[in-house]
Amino acid sequence: MCVTLIGCSDGPLNNPYAASSSSEAVFYDSFRERPKHLDPVSSYSENEARFNSQIYEPVVQYHYLKRPYELTPLTAVALPEPTYFDPSGQQLAADAAQEDVQETVYRIQIQPGIMYQPHPAFARNENNGFQYHTLTAADLEHRATLADFELTGSRELVAEDYVYQIKRLVHPHLHSPIAGLMGKYIKGLPELSTRVAADEHANDSFVDLRAYDFAGAKAVDRYTYEIRLTQKYPQFRYWLAMPFFAPVPWEADAFYNQPGMKARNISLDWYPIGTGPYMLAENNPNRRMVLVKNPNFRGELYPTTGAADDASNGLLASADQRMPFIDVAHYSLEKEAIPGWTKFLQGYYDASSILSDSFDQAIQFNPQGEAQLTNVMREKGINLVTAVTTSISYLGFNMVDNVVGGDTERARKLRRAISIAIDYEELISIFANGRGVPAQGPIPPGIFGQIGGPEGINPYVYEWRDGHPVRKSVAAARELLSEAGYPDGRDAESGEQLTLYFETVSSGPGSKAMLNWYRKQFDKLGIQLVIRATDYNRFQEKIRKGSAQIFGWGWNADYPDPENFLFLLYGPNAKVASQGENAVNYQNPRFDELFVRMRSMSDGSERQELINDMTEILRRDSPWVWGFHPTGYTLYHDWYGNVKPNLMARNTLKYKTIDAQLRERKRGQWNDAVVWPVAALFVVLLISALPAWRTYVARQRAAAR
Amino acid sequence: MIAYIIRRLAYAVPILLGVNVITFVLFFVVNSPDDMARLHLGNKHVTATAIEKWKSERGYDKPLLFNEAQSSSERFTDTIFYRNTVKLFLFDFGQSDSGRDIGYDISQRMWPSLAITLPVFVLGLLLTITIALAIAFFRGTYIDSWAVVICVAMMSISGLFYIIGGQFLIGKMLRLVPISGYDVGFSAIKFLALPVLIGVIGGLGHGTRWYRTIFLEEINRDYVRTARAKGLSEKMVLYGHVLRNALIPILTGVVVVLPSLFLGSLITEAFFGIPGLGSYTIEAIQSQDFAIVRAMVFLGSVLYIIGLVLTDISYTMVDPRVRLN
Amino acid sequence: MQIVFLTTDVLFFVLLTSISVYAIYASRREHLAAPWRQVSRRPLGMSAAVVLSAFLLVAVLDSCHFHPRLDGAENSDTRHSGEISSVLELLIAPLKNNFEKTYSAPFAIYAYAKETIEVEGGATRRDYPRLRHAGVHLRDPLERRSDIMQRSLGGVVLGLGATLAVVLVIVTLRARSTAGPWSESLSAVVSGRTEVPWRAIVLTVMLLAMAVGFCVRVGPYYHIMGTDKVGTDVLYQAIKSIRTGLLIGTLTTLVMLPFAIVLGIAAGYFRGWVDDVIQYIYTTLSSIPGVLLIAASALMLEVYMARHGEDFANLAARADLRLLALCMILGVTTWTGLCRYLRGEALKLREADFIVAARAFGVAHWVIVVRHIVPNIMHIVMISIVLDFSGLVLAEAALTYIDIGVDPSMESWGNMINSARLELAREPVVWWSLCAAFLFMFILVLAANVFADAVRDAFDPRLREAR
Repeated sequence: MCVTLIGCSDGPLNNPYAASSSSEAVFYDSFRERPKHLDPVSSYSENEARFNSQIYEPVVQYHYLKRPYELTPLTAVALPEPTYFDPSGQQLAADAAQEDVQETVYRIQIQPGIMYQPHPAFARNENNGFQYHTLTAADLEHRATLADFELTGSRELVAEDYVYQIKRLVHPHLHSPIAGLMGKYIKGLPELSTRVAADEHANDSFVDLRAYDFAGAKAVDRYTYEIRLTQKYPQFRYWLAMPFFAPVPWEADAFYNQPGMKARNISLDWYPIGTGPYMLAENNPNRRMVLVKNPNFRGELYPTTGAADDASNGLLASADQRMPFIDVAHYSLEKEAIPGWTKFLQGYYDASSILSDSFDQAIQFNPQGEAQLTNVMREKGINLVTAVTTSISYLGFNMVDNVVGGDTERARKLRRAISIAIDYEELISIFANGRGVPAQGPIPPGIFGQIGGPEGINPYVYEWRDGHPVRKSVAAARELLSEAGYPDGRDAESGEQLTLYFETVSSGPGSKAMLNWYRKQFDKLGIQLVIRATDYNRFQEKIRKGSAQIFGWGWNADYPDPENFLFLLYGPNAKVASQGENAVNYQNPRFDELFVRMRSMSDGSERQELINDMTEILRRDSPWVWGFHPTGYTLYHDWYGNVKPNLMARNTLKYKTIDAQLRERKRGQWNDAVVWPVAALFVVLLISALPAWRTYVARQRAAAR
Repeated sequence: MIAYIIRRLAYAVPILLGVNVITFVLFFVVNSPDDMARLHLGNKHVTATAIEKWKSERGYDKPLLFNEAQSSSERFTDTIFYRNTVKLFLFDFGQSDSGRDIGYDISQRMWPSLAITLPVFVLGLLLTITIALAIAFFRGTYIDSWAVVICVAMMSISGLFYIIGGQFLIGKMLRLVPISGYDVGFSAIKFLALPVLIGVIGGLGHGTRWYRTIFLEEINRDYVRTARAKGLSEKMVLYGHVLRNALIPILTGVVVVLPSLFLGSLITEAFFGIPGLGSYTIEAIQSQDFAIVRAMVFLGSVLYIIGLVLTDISYTMVDPRVRLN
Repeated sequence: MQIVFLTTDVLFFVLLTSISVYAIYASRREHLAAPWRQVSRRPLGMSAAVVLSAFLLVAVLDSCHFHPRLDGAENSDTRHSGEISSVLELLIAPLKNNFEKTYSAPFAIYAYAKETIEVEGGATRRDYPRLRHAGVHLRDPLERRSDIMQRSLGGVVLGLGATLAVVLVIVTLRARSTAGPWSESLSAVVSGRTEVPWRAIVLTVMLLAMAVGFCVRVGPYYHIMGTDKVGTDVLYQAIKSIRTGLLIGTLTTLVMLPFAIVLGIAAGYFRGWVDDVIQYIYTTLSSIPGVLLIAASALMLEVYMARHGEDFANLAARADLRLLALCMILGVTTWTGLCRYLRGEALKLREADFIVAARAFGVAHWVIVVRHIVPNIMHIVMISIVLDFSGLVLAEAALTYIDIGVDPSMESWGNMINSARLELAREPVVWWSLCAAFLFMFILVLAANVFADAVRDAFDPRLREAR
């Protein structure tokens, strides 16, 4: 077996890839879950955005290097600015009050000369008609993937493609997750939705959305279009950076919606079509996905300016060079975390997150408590980047529950006592290896409105001591609890032990330890915690019905604006009443009033003050135990260049570089096969067969006699 | 013969219908169509209308078993159960809840599964028969008793340990093969070597012990004594008579699993990241994709029944005295 | 102390009682007792039986549950903790309560990972901290090795002493029953000349006693098998897992027994359309791939528990129900085999003389079934409990891997293996959880397999001949 193995592979025995030429810069990475949707209208999750963002180009993008996050034009000529109009059609100033604005208009101009990737949907026949738009069953017979269509074509990107995609948001078959949300803002979107739904016929037929007149989005000329909103909504500019607002050519829908395509799994969900630096060359979500350079890509230039120390970190070395630098990106399916980690160490993946269980192997803390790579990692030339994520993992108290919820002093004190008792510092150190920052409020660091230092701490849970926040003592929590009427965790009247219920989504082997840990935290107060682990459906149903008591959940920022976190506690968004995102059903009229004002403001000291007031209300009421903001640690090999964590931008592949020769050399060094134990095993087996042989010989002799 | 096969296959229809009823009931008690819709639509900003749309598009807005709104036979045919079941019988598995064609996916993922199960089956059978025969040769000696002890010990080890240990030792420590993954064509060998090796070793203990008893049973029969009395050498007796006759119960015994090889093995595929039907099933269970799970259950039952028919046929082929009726 | 009976406890005790009743019944009837007597003549089989009874004892102790009384509530008899404890947990309390912060290696006195430790003067350094419960009595860490040796020696001596006592009892009883001299009995036992293989039994008891003695003497002072991620003693988990493994192995057959017996006998005894219907049912069930059926049922159970959350106030009851349900689900996939056997046996018995005679006398069918058929097929049930046992214990681990096994809060080998898988990726490797689960599971399954072999040989004359 060994011989065949050596015979068929070049390079190390354990190389999981077919041989590639070292002159090509190939990037190797893994994905854990196959992306469900690559159609930009329905794609919303991180594992889809990794691919989609390299392919589709919205009008704006986040600057790769600058912090705080900042939008820059991508296909647009300049950053789109809103203009506001009052009911009489009069233009208003940029700081117009929310209630005066009747209509907001974004007029967006895109660059000319941007071409789509080569794609059969654009292929033309000799009469200049579309080659593949009228396919018959016979045409499709021998075609199983998109690559089986020989001819391809391209076309220039026009403003109408952006408008077309906005209309697609309400296409009844596409189920865009933001259709409902955008319906509240974009003018005429709900009406368009009903019109399209009424007109659409059978499953496979192509509804030509171009024919629909739509007030919310219109192309003004070949390169300019307008979006009309029904109110002032400054956060809309961030939505413009998401794939939902990327261009989709109508030819794509006409091509993919032909009969028989769906049965072959040929759809926009599986074969995207974009203008970006990469295109999806192979989509086999059961094994691998391969992105290759888009030959028609116009060639964007690497940014020339960045944050303060970017130049000294070498991040500006590629400044003004034409992107992308990597020719091929090769993503392999890796369901289990351990093999993925091992392959990273063997040099077969270029970057990796850190498994909690391998943390000590990779990271150590210096005496100042800063994370550093271990010597083993450093010797391999592995680098580390860290970033506090713009997300929060919290414990919610259901405010409609009659024990932990409600606007009474008793419940508030109970919630605060629990907030103190749950030692998130310990949780972070045990379960996340210190990869996280305890939250002082709902807004994560790096987003406007969050403040650090002694002013930024949550005074109900923390004290500022010796230059850092210190959690209050359990004694203080017990004190609060007894004020709430539960001395030592027992109801002062009935004498019964207080029992609380914790809802969680059961998730495999790791969760048991964590659940035990939670129980220990409540035990500190003498409260018995009953854990109800269910599947995700059931969990959501309980939240929806408001029958959960305490539950763990999280939120990941859609865009870098405090509104995206504070709206999780905005009364009209309550889960039970209006199926919004306010999962704890928190209601506070004062908070809601401030929220509405804060929402439409631009960043500045006035907004900061409003946010401070809102945060104080939240801290006092403690509808959440604020939990923590996880820190993302990424390890990468030193042949992988221009790495800077960017939590907002997903289209980062184009900035990266690969040194293929260095990688080839190191892989060779690290993957020497150890053959002697196999040989030793054979020898042992042979020796143990000796007695059998002796018996055999003896028998033969006996038989011969 | 052909009439018999047709009769057996006709008998399979009510069984498959029963299988369908069971899986259908199990899954719709667990999963209301609303749950499925939510799971597939994601968790951010999902509205009630989006759920209704999702359901109506996939036909999940119909009643489960009985439609009161319809008249006559449509009361039964315009239901989720009828629509799903009839198509299954025509081997039209339809679309998965995520919108992919199931039949196409199954036809693609069957091959990686076979690439593991088939070598495991063939190599395992050859190896266990060889070892069992060797042990039968040494029957009554200490080699025999030690071999049995080792077999029982090997049987007593959970399959998980073989997989975990093998991956750790051969993949990670010795770096002889890639840790996990899959490729097509010739380069698949390096990915398949370890799972196949582990599969063979994992089944060794049980198989060897079982075939050993079959061999011993044959050895004690009269014709073997006669052969020996005629002065045939022990080797001749074993290869010429015992092996040939013991192969009948062995082969007829394994025929039943042959069709099921298509289904792959759940745990091995999950551990080694092999995109076969086993991991397809696990993914479907985890994502609660009802359409896929039902298709797989149906397929599994069909293959099992084919296995039973094959067993009967193989009996008649090796032993003409058995008549099919 | 307030005694609690979990559902599985009750079923487990029902099983034990019915086995004892059957044993008494069978011992009075020669044709039923003979094969069992043959089992008791096999040295390996009896060694395995000793090991199995040791495991059984642990499971029984762990099945006696109670609510412990809360401290500081002496005056009121209603003040019991909501938690559930067991007699076994009382016995191994030192293991249960000695939890560390996180991983530690077997016999280690330092933690497995470095931590920032404050030294006098306020400065900090990164080092391995001392464990809270291992080797705390040592003045000098260097004494560790000799201290462990001393204690283990003490444990071994303790075990030998216990063995000696057992030998004395055996020899005395044997001398009394054979009415021979005491010394003759002793030499017979020692040289292995007895009918029942006492020597093998004594040797097994000796090994077990030494292992227990070792644990008793060393366990409270060191973590013999290390600690896991949250610092729980691994030996404690492994011991607690015994009940789970044993219950799955035995209750699975028990809970499905009524169906298998009723349907099997009905099919075999009444034949005709009853037989057709029953055969249809079990062919249908057995043609569904087992894993899929189990997965589907496990999902359904989860929904049920979620909808009736109020009924399962404490975790133990909840985990217990899940264990029972797992047994039932596994039972659904395994009962068809037993049912088929019973049907065959009933078909045979139906034509037996005494039953034909009974029918001729006009005895009611149900009387015939209860009086004559059930007692005569019980040995098949017994054998199938023994034969299915090891497979079921192994199945638990595999199912837990795909997340459809026992409750994650329940100690089980499957859960241990499942979390240990991730630990193997650590550097340095955390191997002890996996090894502990492997060791305990291997011993139990091996003993079960060996015992099953003995039983099979005794009951299957075809195979006995072949030996």
